[in-house]
Amino acid sequence: MMKDPRAPEALSWSVFTQGIWRDNPVFVMLLGLCPALAVSNTASNALAMGLATTFVLLCSGVLVSLLRTVIPQQVRIASYIIVIATFVTIVDYAIQAISLELYKALGAFIQLIVVNCIILGRAEAYASKNHVLNAFVNALGMGVGFTFAMLCLGVVREVLGSGTLFGVSLFGPDFQPWAVFVLPPGGFFILAFWLFLFAVLKKRKQVRMAGRQATSETEKEVPRAT
Amino acid sequence: MQPDSLTFIFLDAFLINNFVLAMFLGLCPFLGVSGKLATASRMGLAVVFVMIVSSTCAFGINALLIRFELEFLRLICYIAVIASAVQLVEMTIKKFSPVLFRTLGIFLPLITTNCAILGLALFQTNREYDFIQCLAYSLGAGAGFTLALILMAGLREKLELADTPDVCTGAALALTLGGLLSLAFMGFAGLGG
Amino acid sequence: MSRNPGTASPAPPRSMALIGTLGGIAIMSGLLVATTFQLTRERILQNRREALERAVFEVLPEATNRRSFFLNEEGLQALADDALGQASLYAGYDDSGALTGVAIEGSARGYQDVVKVLYGYSLERECITGMTVLQSSETPGLGDRVETDPAFQANFECLDARLNSESTALVQEIVTVKHGKKTDSWQIDAISGATVTSAAVGHALQQSASEILPLLHRYEAALYENTAEERTSP
Repeated sequence: MMKDPRAPEALSWSVFTQGIWRDNPVFVMLLGLCPALAVSNTASNALAMGLATTFVLLCSGVLVSLLRTVIPQQVRIASYIIVIATFVTIVDYAIQAISLELYKALGAFIQLIVVNCIILGRAEAYASKNHVLNAFVNALGMGVGFTFAMLCLGVVREVLGSGTLFGVSLFGPDFQPWAVFVLPPGGFFILAFWLFLFAVLKKRKQVRMAGRQATSETEKEVPRAT
Repeated sequence: MQPDSLTFIFLDAFLINNFVLAMFLGLCPFLGVSGKLATASRMGLAVVFVMIVSSTCAFGINALLIRFELEFLRLICYIAVIASAVQLVEMTIKKFSPVLFRTLGIFLPLITTNCAILGLALFQTNREYDFIQCLAYSLGAGAGFTLALILMAGLREKLELADTPDVCTGAALALTLGGLLSLAFMGFAGLGG
Repeated sequence: MSRNPGTASPAPPRSMALIGTLGGIAIMSGLLVATTFQLTRERILQNRREALERAVFEVLPEATNRRSFFLNEEGLQALADDALGQASLYAGYDDSGALTGVAIEGSARGYQDVVKVLYGYSLERECITGMTVLQSSETPGLGDRVETDPAFQANFECLDARLNSESTALVQEIVTVKHGKKTDSWQIDAISGATVTSAAVGHALQQSASEILPLLHRYEAALYENTAEERTSP
């Protein structure tokens, strides 16, 4: 990166949207896959996990950003990890207090949010170098992107694998669900499918843009032809 | 086989509920490091070592926390222990085998964020294993992780020579392979009775 | 702290600064977590109590009150209400204070992980009158049908759990049989396609019943002492 990484970025719309599409943590950066596949077997679990991760992202991003001038280089990773672990523990107790059912469904993966590479990655790459407001907005974008990815996985897996959506039966009692999709292999396959889809779309876009560029170049060349 | 026997615990972590293919732990290195067989096996070895060390420390810390009724600090303590264990392993390897240290390179510090290690500590706490059971569990988990990694690396190396469409290469292909491996491993479900 | 890229790297901070920062962060995080723990503790205990209540009243439908008991070789003792997790069984009483049945926990290894069940037992009829799953991580759509499948639940309308004449063991072991092959009242008809989980339920019931029921019959007098005063069913 040529621009001085320590120059604080101006708060702009892209700080927020970056995490949603262009640098989507799951689909582009391939981070945070462990929870993405493990708890996306139903849409509601996926949503809950996405929200819990967003909460931790926001709180830790803000705290790291606030403390960025105080934490020395050498201990920064250790400090970030302690901060993240704190908020994950808080979320863990909060979910237990809100709904024991949800807690049982998400299981140990709430505590595993602490090793979700997205959070540490964001703290290191962004929050530690930027102003609190920027860090907050960026973390929010990343969280939204992650939740979006989780929902993509969760909705497809639940609809195909159980015939329900958010617990509401879609196809009636005679529907034979494609059970593999709520099992571990299904998680792998669905994520692979989404990545494949995005790759195809990206390729088409590139082909289109290359085509347009080629046409505009030939148009420029035409006057030269005699 | 008794569900509490050491053999069963080992088999459970190794094959039946393989950490990578059934429990989705340790996916980042699974996708990232499984390009070459040599690096994969070395990473697996490092992970086994770290798992055994972390598992032992986690057991000890948990016992302490329970004694002082500070269970709510468990997560923070575990992650601190794991980071220190990784640091310790790094220093030991550096001292006793500089060659190994250089080949592992960046992977060693990356193990800290490997969900598998923390997952191991958390699961063994949930199931309330005693010390020997923890050891069996961590050995099984490490072996399972290494097995999955090696299988994946072997498959990917073979695929490099195959003619796959452009759009499929990279992560999508790796994940599909992972899915097929996971499907295969589901066959171990009835093992152990 | 200035970190200008142009100048030489600044002198490494003194160890005290490193330790101080880490220590400061650790203290702050400890405080945050401890506070959250204190704030949510009551609510979490409340949730657990409610979940248990719901399960107990599900397997003992005529009961309106319940009491917890601890059972071991020496006898059956009534427990205070907040002794969650220490109780061996829960006795259900109806409005007039009469005992309607007992709810007991059992667990066994299923397909994925441990399956914990709570079953209702009637002392007069010597049979298991209901079963609900407390905890399971079985395959959604397959194994978890043990919780919802009405045909499977029908197994537990009066599952034979008679004790022999000396009251030391079950006359017949409770066992899960293949779907459609049930011939006797102590057998559980498995869900086809979910045999491992169905078998787990069978094992859980068998293990728990063979262990607890003989002791229960020995000390059953304690169940009839005093009328229950606890909360009513939801």
